[in-house]
Amino acid sequence: MEWMVWTTPTAIFFSVIAVILLGMTAWELASPTIERRGFLPIATTRGDRLFIGLLCAAYIHLMVVGFTSISLWLALAISILWLVILMRWG
Amino acid sequence: MNNKIYSNRAWWLILPMLLLVAFSAIIPLMTVVNYSVQDVFDANTRFFTGVEWFQETLNNPALQAALVRQFAFSLTVLAIEVPLGIGIALLMPKKGWQASAILILVTMPLLIPWNVVGSIWQIFTRGDIGLMGWGLRELGYGYNITRSAVDAWGTIILMDVWHWTPLIALLCYSGLRSIPDAYYQAARIDRASRWAVFRYIQLPKLTNVLVIGILLRFMHSFMIYAEPFVLTGGGPGNSTTFLSQSLTTMAIGQQDLGPSAAFSLIYFLIILLVCWVFYTAIMNLQKDKQLDKGA
Amino acid sequence: MNQSIPTTPEAVRKQAAAADARRRRQARPVSRQWRRRGLMTAYIVFVLLPVYWLLNMSFQSNSEILGALTLWPQDFTLEHYAKIFTDSNWYMGYVNSIAYVLMNMLISLAVALPAAYAFSRYRFIGDKHLFFWLLTNLMAPPAVFLLPYFQLYYTVGLFDTHVAVALAHCLFNIPLAVWILEGFMSSVPKEIDETAFIDGYSFPRFFVKIFIPMISSGIGVTLFFLFMFSWVELLLASTLTATNAQPIGSVMTQTKGASGIDWGALSAAGVLTILPGIVVVYFVRNHIAKGFALGRT
Repeated sequence: MEWMVWTTPTAIFFSVIAVILLGMTAWELASPTIERRGFLPIATTRGDRLFIGLLCAAYIHLMVVGFTSISLWLALAISILWLVILMRWG
Repeated sequence: MNNKIYSNRAWWLILPMLLLVAFSAIIPLMTVVNYSVQDVFDANTRFFTGVEWFQETLNNPALQAALVRQFAFSLTVLAIEVPLGIGIALLMPKKGWQASAILILVTMPLLIPWNVVGSIWQIFTRGDIGLMGWGLRELGYGYNITRSAVDAWGTIILMDVWHWTPLIALLCYSGLRSIPDAYYQAARIDRASRWAVFRYIQLPKLTNVLVIGILLRFMHSFMIYAEPFVLTGGGPGNSTTFLSQSLTTMAIGQQDLGPSAAFSLIYFLIILLVCWVFYTAIMNLQKDKQLDKGA
Repeated sequence: MNQSIPTTPEAVRKQAAAADARRRRQARPVSRQWRRRGLMTAYIVFVLLPVYWLLNMSFQSNSEILGALTLWPQDFTLEHYAKIFTDSNWYMGYVNSIAYVLMNMLISLAVALPAAYAFSRYRFIGDKHLFFWLLTNLMAPPAVFLLPYFQLYYTVGLFDTHVAVALAHCLFNIPLAVWILEGFMSSVPKEIDETAFIDGYSFPRFFVKIFIPMISSGIGVTLFFLFMFSWVELLLASTLTATNAQPIGSVMTQTKGASGIDWGALSAAGVLTILPGIVVVYFVRNHIAKGFALGRT
């Protein structure tokens, strides 16, 4: 594992992703998702919306890091907010 | 086949595949993420740098230029190869020994190792020993891919067309073969023109394979590395340096783990987005088809 | 042509179609037929010309190559081929390449078959997302994974072995195989599975005895693609090997000597890398025509 040069932030990042995936699986087992149309132009399931949300989050972070001097925490907050909106109404 | 059985035991069939792919995909990807936030000298000497590498990469004019070139290249080759591929598929004979012979000849470029493709074209286009280079010079055109960026671009695009049009052509050929003869007979009874046959019978049958072809072509042109590397080495100047080559130079040549990892991730995110758009498109196409069949 | 009166509707249709095709061939303007052939020939010439040039070079001596430009070898020589077949450094390059390609084809097919079956027959939690994730690996640029691969295989102790390259190529070849096979398997009616299970076949026996023969052309096309992408890939293959498992592609870079590039040897080596591909296409040529659309028409 030494060669993978782990750091605390990346370890936390991957743990969070793993927890989200496990959580989604548990949620799916408890109550299966139904494909539906929200404000997105295509019909999506819960997992699709999560993926779109995460991809958007990645791009939001890149934009903030690359082209502005806003704090990363703000980007994180925006991403989470957007993710919640997507999951609920997307 | 939309009446699949719901069973989570299917996971057991997936498991071996999953373990293998995870070994070669997830572990390396995690490592790339780890690299991207650090300045790594060796396993014991490393510093946490946060998002510095990302900031640097996104604002690096050379890489931005490479990205723009990359998109320009990918779209150009798609714009040439897709119509050409369809055309060739329509021209290819459907039976007899010629069909087999032409099939083998057309497929050949696909099976040549990528660096050999570069070598072939390097030899072919050299001014002193290459047929094309020599021929163009004899015709009075001062053709030189090591000096002129236009010549280098033209040659790389020609090489890519030579190399990859067969993929589109074969996909379309095999799509065309699946059209029952009855369709053509009906069209003839209706006295449909050649264009109408193409537009209303052949093209709709081709949409599925074309989407696959465009997806594969886009992705492979997006990671093109060996051919231009051998042919032009990215030059003259940086005019034919595409993303993969910038990345490889950074990672192998200069051993800049951190910046090249950050670059890799950005590259990967772009690929991921494009891939998702295509995938959604394919899935929706198939869904529409199934609805059509059901109705 | 059989002119007897047909007895089944199928035969009537066949005969009518044949007669119709004959009429059409006669009615079609000759100029258009020639235009078709002309265009096709032009494209074939475009495909063959660079390859011909490579072949031409490989039979010329280096002094002839660098001397005047000749359209065919003036003094025909096999010295470059002789050099490749006698120098173990050269021919081991081919052996290494073929070794890891075959290994990769075997591994990929073995794990992709059950996985593709699962995707084509069952719904399960996360199936669509898993499938998409597989596809993203197909699209991942090898350059992204270069460094970690180097580290990974070095740590595991597989660096400079054929297995390392075969495993690394699994990154894109397994997803490809799953994707292609899934298309073919989905076009086999599910009733066949059900009937076999009712007849008392166990799953493994059904899979090997009945199912695999049914999708044999799909497997042919899959093997073609697996061969193709593993054979042509060089970036990973050359990064993960040093001397023992060096692929032919990286041996070829050694032709750059002190006195410039050895064009003759480079050409001869290039010609030899094309041959296995032609052999593979020859074997699957009949499957390609039908199966290249990956079961998705």
